[in-house]
Amino acid sequence: MSDTQNFLDTLKARSSRYKAEPTWIAARRQAGAARFEALGFPTRRDEEWKYTDVRSIAQGSFALADNAEFSQAAAAALTLPIDAYRLTFVDGVFSSALSDVESLPSSVQVLPLSRALEENHEAVGGPLGRLTGVDFSPFAALNTAFMEEGAVVRIAPGTIVEKPILLQFLSRAGKPMMSHPRVLVTAGGRSEATLIEHYAGESDAANFTNVVAELMLDRGAILAHYKLQEAPLGDLHVASIHVEQARDTRYTSYNLSLGGALVRNDLISDLNGEGAETNFYGLFFGQGRQHVDNHTKVNHNAPLTFSNENYKGILDDRAHGVFNGKVYVKRDSQKIEGFQSNKNLLLSDRAHVDAKPELEIYADDVKCSHGTTTGQLDEDAIYALRTRGIDEATARGLLTLAFAGEVLDKVTLDAIAERVELAVAGKLPERFNLAGLVEAAVALND
Amino acid sequence: MLQVKDLHVTVEDKEILKGLTLTINAGEVHAIMGPNGAGKSTLSAVIAGKDGYEVTQGTITFEGKDVLEMEIEERAQAGLLLGFQYPVEIPGVKNIYLLKSALNAQRVARGEGEMPAPEFMKLVKEKLGFMKMDASFLQRAVNEGFSGGEKKRNEILQMLVLQPKLAMLDEIDSGLDIDAMKVVADGVNSLRAADRAILLVTHYQRLLDYIVPDKVHVLVDGRIVKTGDAELAKQLESNGYEGIEESVA
Repeated sequence: MSDTQNFLDTLKARSSRYKAEPTWIAARRQAGAARFEALGFPTRRDEEWKYTDVRSIAQGSFALADNAEFSQAAAAALTLPIDAYRLTFVDGVFSSALSDVESLPSSVQVLPLSRALEENHEAVGGPLGRLTGVDFSPFAALNTAFMEEGAVVRIAPGTIVEKPILLQFLSRAGKPMMSHPRVLVTAGGRSEATLIEHYAGESDAANFTNVVAELMLDRGAILAHYKLQEAPLGDLHVASIHVEQARDTRYTSYNLSLGGALVRNDLISDLNGEGAETNFYGLFFGQGRQHVDNHTKVNHNAPLTFSNENYKGILDDRAHGVFNGKVYVKRDSQKIEGFQSNKNLLLSDRAHVDAKPELEIYADDVKCSHGTTTGQLDEDAIYALRTRGIDEATARGLLTLAFAGEVLDKVTLDAIAERVELAVAGKLPERFNLAGLVEAAVALND
Repeated sequence: MLQVKDLHVTVEDKEILKGLTLTINAGEVHAIMGPNGAGKSTLSAVIAGKDGYEVTQGTITFEGKDVLEMEIEERAQAGLLLGFQYPVEIPGVKNIYLLKSALNAQRVARGEGEMPAPEFMKLVKEKLGFMKMDASFLQRAVNEGFSGGEKKRNEILQMLVLQPKLAMLDEIDSGLDIDAMKVVADGVNSLRAADRAILLVTHYQRLLDYIVPDKVHVLVDGRIVKTGDAELAKQLESNGYEGIEESVA
């Protein structure tokens, strides 16, 4: 029996749930299933999957969750200590008990997908799947076939959303589960918001999450998008994020990948109007036998568009990292600027990284650069720190964090920066970013 | 305070120190001089614990403890601090963080507890001023993009903040112009105290015009061949090392 059949059987067993749904959803679900059946799971013979073996997903057996039970105390221990509008999903199922969007202003909607469909399915049907269709990848097709839940965020034009919007995805231990969340964000013209996707869970969990996120930024919109992936180390995590940017928009992605046994991120920005700017900051950390694959793509579809990408990988033990970043400049998209940098730090001899930066340019008046390096910690620097009385583990932690600094310095939400620091460098004597101390020094000097 | 007895050290199977003996007492300033390749830098590197130096014979004790049995950081925590000839650049690690982590690591190791931030900043500010360094140094990554003189001043700044019992300064004068040399020398002189010792390793006598040593040792071919007071350095300046080598031979 093929690997795909197992998943199609699970879908069939679920079909009684889908009987009452609107015809457009049923049609897309069928299209997703058909496309998935035709494509099958990718193999390493596929160029896009050359470095990533998904057999642990394809040959796995995953059930679909029917409830969102999760203890309040356990959730509180995992959740980001941050004042935010919050939606929580447990193995893909919406938990109203762990959600709080009470104080949202009327100009912002943050709804579970199921509720948004109930209220006005036609309004969801238009944008859903417009950026990430079933042809994008077998996983996008699979997601469409199984789509049940997720988050719909609508920000009215001109709205400045003061608090971050936090989408929290929790993974439970026990029988392996799968979920296929859909995230749909429409940011109105000149709106401003911060969106956080946070993946976490019980440490013994071994679930498969296959999320598709589509983000549409209307003229002048500004969106900061954090993806803090702290999934349990047994989790399998595939994410496809597609961003559409109209004129004068600014999108900033902070893709922080710490957890998961197998992780694949696809991040794509379409810069469709002049003045659109996209920033991709990424930090991926792997230990044990973790496999973390980041595929990014910036499409400069219009003149005078700007992209800036900085991805840093830190790999320990026998971890394997992948960075594949493409910058594509459409014919006659003149005066664009596209910068890309990827640096990787290997903390062990058996850690490994495959880095592949790519430029594809069909215009003649552009400013583009890309580069990638891979290296180890500087032993002379470790020695120098130790001669000052700093123990070796702390010295290594400090230097590892210093390596991550270029990306971490961009993270303005302390609660997130602290999680990353702790994961990457272990417990250091104090917070690494001593901005406060330096300010004190400057004040003393005045 | 520090006792080095019959120290033999090889680097890549080549014997560099060939039976070096040296005693430094609290309150003293010692200078080790010698021609290139005599083993001057090897001595301070072995005391600090750098990899690649094999001690084949002899002992080093500091306040009665066997230095060769201590980890690198334990030596620093015990009060042995080396100022580098070529300070290492540490990209991404801010100077202020190095100072604070190092000071607190040493204090915690001594059971003193971390220094409160306001007190720490007051201390750092005072020492910065003494070394004629701007507060912006604190925010810069350690030694990254520093000029030669700035790097050396930064080494002394670390000494002033960390207050070691034995400060070892390896060729701290190399590459300094006369103004920078004076600032560095003032910094070193301010460390002089009855309960502290200083070991200067230098090729040139010039530094010793500004930091007058109690004892001068001449190191030739892995051994101390002559010991005297500050006058010895002046003789070396006029006669060179050849005269000493001949007199020993």
